[in-house]
Amino acid sequence: MKEVSELNFPDDLRYSDDHEWVKQVDGVVRVGISDYAQNQLGDIVFVELPEVGDTFEKGQEFGTVESVKAVSELYMPVGGEITAVNEALEDAPEQVNNEPYAGGWMVDVRLQEPAEYGELKDQKAYLEMLKG
Amino acid sequence: MRYLPQTREDIDKMLQVVGVDNLDGLFSGIPEDCRRKGDLNLPEPLTEWELNRRMDEMAGAMAVAPEYKVFMGAGSYNHFIPEVVRQLLSRSEVYTAYTPYQPEISQGTLQAIYEYQTLVSRLLGMEVANASMYDGASSLAEALLMAIRITRRKKVAVSTAIHPLYRRVVRTYFAPTGYEVLEIPYLPDGRTDLSGLKNLEQLAGVAVQSPNFFGCIEDLKAVGGKVHTDDKALFIAAFTEPLAYGVLKRPGDCGADIACGEGQSFGIPQSFGGPGLGMFTALKKYVRNMPGRLIGKTVDRDGRPGFVLTLATREQHIRRERATSNICSNQGLCATASVMYMASLGGTGIRELAKLNHDKAAYFKSAFQKAGLTIPFESPVFNEFVVNFPAGFKDTHARLLEKKIVAGLPLAPYYPELEEHYLFCATETATREDMDDLIEEVTK
Amino acid sequence: MKELTGTTGHIFNEPLLWEKGSTGRTGFSLPRRDVDPVPVAKELAGNGPDFPDLSELDVVRHFTRLSQWNFGVDSGMYPLGSCTMKYNPKTNERQAALPGFAGAHPLLPATLSQGALKLLFDLEQYLGEITGLPAVSLQPAAGSQGELTGMLIFHAYHQSKGRPRSKILIPDTAHGTNPASGALCGFKAIPVKSNEQGVLSPEAVAALMDEDTTGIMVTNPNTLGLFEDNIKNIAKIVHDRGGLVYGDGANMNAAMGIVNMADTGVDVLHLNLHKTFSTPHGGGGPGSGPVCVTRELERFLPVPRVVKNKDGYELGEDYPESVGKVHAFYGNFSVLIKAYSYILSMGPDLKKASQYAVLNANYIRENLKGVFHLPYDRPCMHECVFTDEYQQKFKVATLDIAKRLMDYGFHPPTVYFPLVVSGAIMIEPTESESRETIDQFIDAMKSIAQEAQEQPELLHNAPQNPKVQRLDETLAARTPCLTD
Repeated sequence: MKEVSELNFPDDLRYSDDHEWVKQVDGVVRVGISDYAQNQLGDIVFVELPEVGDTFEKGQEFGTVESVKAVSELYMPVGGEITAVNEALEDAPEQVNNEPYAGGWMVDVRLQEPAEYGELKDQKAYLEMLKG
Repeated sequence: MRYLPQTREDIDKMLQVVGVDNLDGLFSGIPEDCRRKGDLNLPEPLTEWELNRRMDEMAGAMAVAPEYKVFMGAGSYNHFIPEVVRQLLSRSEVYTAYTPYQPEISQGTLQAIYEYQTLVSRLLGMEVANASMYDGASSLAEALLMAIRITRRKKVAVSTAIHPLYRRVVRTYFAPTGYEVLEIPYLPDGRTDLSGLKNLEQLAGVAVQSPNFFGCIEDLKAVGGKVHTDDKALFIAAFTEPLAYGVLKRPGDCGADIACGEGQSFGIPQSFGGPGLGMFTALKKYVRNMPGRLIGKTVDRDGRPGFVLTLATREQHIRRERATSNICSNQGLCATASVMYMASLGGTGIRELAKLNHDKAAYFKSAFQKAGLTIPFESPVFNEFVVNFPAGFKDTHARLLEKKIVAGLPLAPYYPELEEHYLFCATETATREDMDDLIEEVTK
Repeated sequence: MKELTGTTGHIFNEPLLWEKGSTGRTGFSLPRRDVDPVPVAKELAGNGPDFPDLSELDVVRHFTRLSQWNFGVDSGMYPLGSCTMKYNPKTNERQAALPGFAGAHPLLPATLSQGALKLLFDLEQYLGEITGLPAVSLQPAAGSQGELTGMLIFHAYHQSKGRPRSKILIPDTAHGTNPASGALCGFKAIPVKSNEQGVLSPEAVAALMDEDTTGIMVTNPNTLGLFEDNIKNIAKIVHDRGGLVYGDGANMNAAMGIVNMADTGVDVLHLNLHKTFSTPHGGGGPGSGPVCVTRELERFLPVPRVVKNKDGYELGEDYPESVGKVHAFYGNFSVLIKAYSYILSMGPDLKKASQYAVLNANYIRENLKGVFHLPYDRPCMHECVFTDEYQQKFKVATLDIAKRLMDYGFHPPTVYFPLVVSGAIMIEPTESESRETIDQFIDAMKSIAQEAQEQPELLHNAPQNPKVQRLDETLAARTPCLTD
């Protein structure tokens, strides 16, 4: 398990209290889990994601991430409709470990409440939370 | 006592280390009002020799072969068990080990069960098997719950030609769930009547047993075809006699999504009904919804092949209340017995043995017909069949019990419409002479 | 040089069954054919399965070699916490193999199965006596099926009172089967935190107990090896609001002849015969999970029930409020025979078994405290829980300690359970182990603690002696290969 200082948290992303990252990409937001989260989970073996078209509220469970010995729920950092799902994770769940911010992305969401994006933490605030 | 190695000296030394005066002192933290008053009121311990005598006596008060001729199946089958199976199973590294949580020192269990998973999948024509469930009955209940999880529908349909005790277990499992269990009737030819099966789009799964409780072989291909006219409903093929698949079309070849049933026939003694062996198989795409343990192949740090428990995140110790089932212990030793049996029997052997069983029951059935008795169900059978006796057979049945013959299982308690109907079974253990004698007795 | 229990030996590689054999071989003696062949109906006929053909010796060598890769109770000390890996008496096997039992059909008329029915009846009585809960069903096939039966009884009870309830209280130290069994009955699991002493506090329970809660599931002693000393109080709180108390009896080996479970307020208790009552674990089963209940709840027990009358024993089905059946027949009967034989062999000395089990565990606790971190420094019952906290600074974890123990010739304890303790190491010696064996175990653990400090790579690379080294579980889960 790495120290927080050894982990990576891009400054152009926002972060939720549940260790998801959020990035604005042409009218939708892209969601994944942070380097801290993937490091805590260990080798990821399976990711269960919703279907395109499903809608969830902020804080609702939208999927799960499994390592060999544990299951973690994924919670929506913002509410909205799922517009895309990273199908590559079905055969290559290790992308979440290797590239949590790139190939390890999980879902794209069309925001229902733009204000919810503003409620997310920036890199500085997320680091504060991790160190606390 | 030979199971307790502690001597007075051992106890005193250990009490000293622990810092307590006597054994009672170890329990001083337990509130007085929870403590037992007085000793356990159990019989004085028996010596090994006394125990043998007592158990011999009790076992002697049981009707078993060769003294008795028992012509019953109904989910418990008398098959020969080779001595090889008994001997290998009694190797203590096999039976005194537990769940292979530490795979490095459990490769024996893990490989044996991986072999079991593979042979059971091949037997049934399915893609993946788990490491076993308790018995055929609870396997069926779990299969139906699995179908509900996968489809998110709330109703299942179950053939009334499925073993009546299995259907009762299903109802017990379903009682608190709010899910509905519909029953499908059977036809005059002894098979399931799917003609009335409507609203498939509401059903999570449809379960049919083959050979069914009456011994009749269901047309699984037709069942599969009908069920899959809905693109979500699951076809669950159940069984109580897996030996049938040595000669019959396999559930997997007929479109079954789940095939589950009782494996007791494969090297496990009848033992008054337990332990059994819940064989459970499914299509690979459903594996994450399967209950029970799964063993998978992998490699170790040096690249050596090995086996481990895998996909454990489905199970209760990780997923807890969201697990696919609450099952923990399975029927490991019974699964091991069955793979030893399947290995001894072999591919050539299982075809021959299954054919012999088929032919024994066919002979028996036609002997009844030749003697002028009625076989009410005209469907082809495997191992078991129903005979419809004229009124009053009850007395003959009772008279034959005194002659140490159990002439079939009366069906009326399970199917009130089938008065004077009896279920007979003939496996490879029934000689022609036994069967001829029985016919003679019932036609007297 | 000190000779350790664990060493390397002469074991053999052995391929998978289908990698051996030759078409036409057989290991089976087929009975003589005395009936004519009859063709199988064409549209129903299949081709049979792809099984290998092996000779008898092929089969014998195969499984003999496989067995040599295994560690069983008969091999060495197996201190797997909460599994009670005690010695499996050989006489029990003899009794279960008696032809009168092994060859018995379950649907024989009662007059022809008196031996088995008597055994069931007597065993129910004995388990009732041991637990203080007089009404017993031997039907559940394993502990978790016993739990399911218990939850079904809870459901039926509340239904009969006209007020179905939807929640169940589950302590944070509970085994995963507890919430899973509750969920099968539609009960939402409400977690209850244990206090700083590692047990449940009445206040925590009172805060959560309400009229929509069916009751509480308690393991006592709990999975930390501690007696739930507030149990009577807690039971009263639950009962006062109309709920029931379920006892998970997995740890009964600490309590036989010492605690009367009924007196602690438990209404429904399951036992694990493959734990407390010496029946073999079989590489994962079969077990047996009888359920013992109060007289008030007797009417909900599964059917059939064994009834004694003046002529002998029979099976009764006339219990309209029964939850039904969880097993096609009467449970894992040959397992019941073994438990029965054990109880007849031990008699009231079952109390000694519990006393010595608790003595052995406390002896280990005293000897290893200071060597390993003991999160609850108080007397334990039949098992004790340590953690890897002291070894963490050397980058050694519980997993490494467990793997290294194998090289020393011991089966590792239970690890990473209960979840309330990080890096838990749960050691349950049972009463079967002698002082010498336990001293060897203690020495091994002390050596490993020293290695953790001085040569941690020995632990990271462990185990070295068994047939395989650490296995890639990630690969097995990412690319499952479950059949050949």
